Amino acid sequence: MSALKTPRAWERAFWPVATAALLLFLWHFAVVWTGTKVFPSPLAVEKGMVALMPKGVLWADIANSLRRVAVGYLIAALVGIPLGLCLGWFPAANQVVNPALQLMRPISPIAWIPLAIIFFGVGDAPAIFLVFLGAFFPIAVSCTAGVSNVPQIYRRAGRNFGLSDIDLLRKIIFPAALPEILIGLRIALGVAWLVVVAGEMIAVDSGLGYLVIDSRNSGKRYDLVVAAMLLIGIIGLLLDLGFRRFERLPSVRWGFRDVA
Amino acid sequence: MALAQPAVAAIKSGFKLHAQQLGVVYGANGKSVSALEEINLEIADGEFICIVGPSGCGKSTLLNVMGGFLAPTSGTVTIDGERVTGPDQRRILVFQERGVFPWLTVEGNIGFGLSKLRRAEREQRIARYVELVRLQGFERSYPSDLSGGMRQRLQVARALAVNPDILFLDEPFGALDSITRVMMRGELLRIWQQERRTIVFVTHDIDEAVQLADRVVVLSSRPARIQEIVTIDIPHPRNISAPRYLELRDELLKQIGLAYEI
Repeated sequence: MSALKTPRAWERAFWPVATAALLLFLWHFAVVWTGTKVFPSPLAVEKGMVALMPKGVLWADIANSLRRVAVGYLIAALVGIPLGLCLGWFPAANQVVNPALQLMRPISPIAWIPLAIIFFGVGDAPAIFLVFLGAFFPIAVSCTAGVSNVPQIYRRAGRNFGLSDIDLLRKIIFPAALPEILIGLRIALGVAWLVVVAGEMIAVDSGLGYLVIDSRNSGKRYDLVVAAMLLIGIIGLLLDLGFRRFERLPSVRWGFRDVA
Repeated sequence: MALAQPAVAAIKSGFKLHAQQLGVVYGANGKSVSALEEINLEIADGEFICIVGPSGCGKSTLLNVMGGFLAPTSGTVTIDGERVTGPDQRRILVFQERGVFPWLTVEGNIGFGLSKLRRAEREQRIARYVELVRLQGFERSYPSDLSGGMRQRLQVARALAVNPDILFLDEPFGALDSITRVMMRGELLRIWQQERRTIVFVTHDIDEAVQLADRVVVLSSRPARIQEIVTIDIPHPRNISAPRYLELRDELLKQIGLAYEI
């Protein structure tokens, strides 16, 4: 395969499937050869997953995880986008707030778990709070950067056409910053999905994170642990692929060169 | 009545734009650098003016002051007797490249300054300027799908659509390849003859200036002063191998300090 040649249609599908098959194959024989009694084989995982389906528990867990992500992510976007736009628009405000944001940003949402429980007790609220924390920073930071990176030439053109401050923000700054904002939103969605699983291991008794920890605690069902892990991976991938569709919208496509 | 005085003067003289004793001093690191000095220029209504000069001399600075994007350190610019204090829809600046909005279609860009018009009128205006710059068939295309020359035509159309009195063009064809550039000059002349707006065009290309302008303003190197104003007394369409053309071009080259031979 030459690196310059564009792959044919069948090749694009074939190689990823072949890689996945190879990994499953290695996994299966690793379990067989080592004779482990703890770690499940792919077949055991598949059986576990099938066993979970009819009880309706699995669907409820998926729905619960997705709901927590949706709520926390939505709040993060509703707070983070306006805040980020303001900070980008008023560099003076950004200078005041930015150090605090930069200090909070590297703190893993997981470290907030004890405080989340103090603030919100147990149940949905602390998990949603953790999702909010995880999603908020990438969103706010990308909005701030997006606005301050808007080329001067667009602002000047906007002023030339007599735009007021509000119109300049609405018709120039926001659309010009949108590709960068979308990148932040996409990263935030990935983080939100990572964080919800961790949050569900602590303070609630539903969701895919709970399924992982509960499968281990109640009878060391590692087949179900791995089944839940795979599901988390697949749903995360689907969320990301779904989000990437936004990058193809005609009004933002210019900001994503590789997509065009 | 400080404002009344130049107004009367402008009406008497019939000038569209009048720059008086313009000076721009940049302050950087405690040092002040003079970019423009003692610029006095009168531009008539409907005139095509080219500004040439060595690179970095302050051509764009002068354009930005006249367009109201930069306040001069001294002196004034008046347009129709009214002092220029900021950017205005009546005079639009066209940039070298990336001036069109990539998130809007061709129609969206041309209609950008027309949001106050009623829908039917706006659509009519858009259609007219799409036709003027020959972008028919590309109304729904985005700038990323257009060539460099088409994007510059789009920028000119967006500027003309708001009915400005003056177009300021800052090396608008500078980023285009040489064949497209020559074609764009023809297009711009056609549009200018059809629309009869006053045009102030900054370029570093002597041939471009002699092909387009009624008068060519030659700036000196920094700090820029007006070194010479050359009237190009050849009617359009201009024969670029005619003796008079070559004579004027050579004079401009000499003004800028370039020898005849490379």
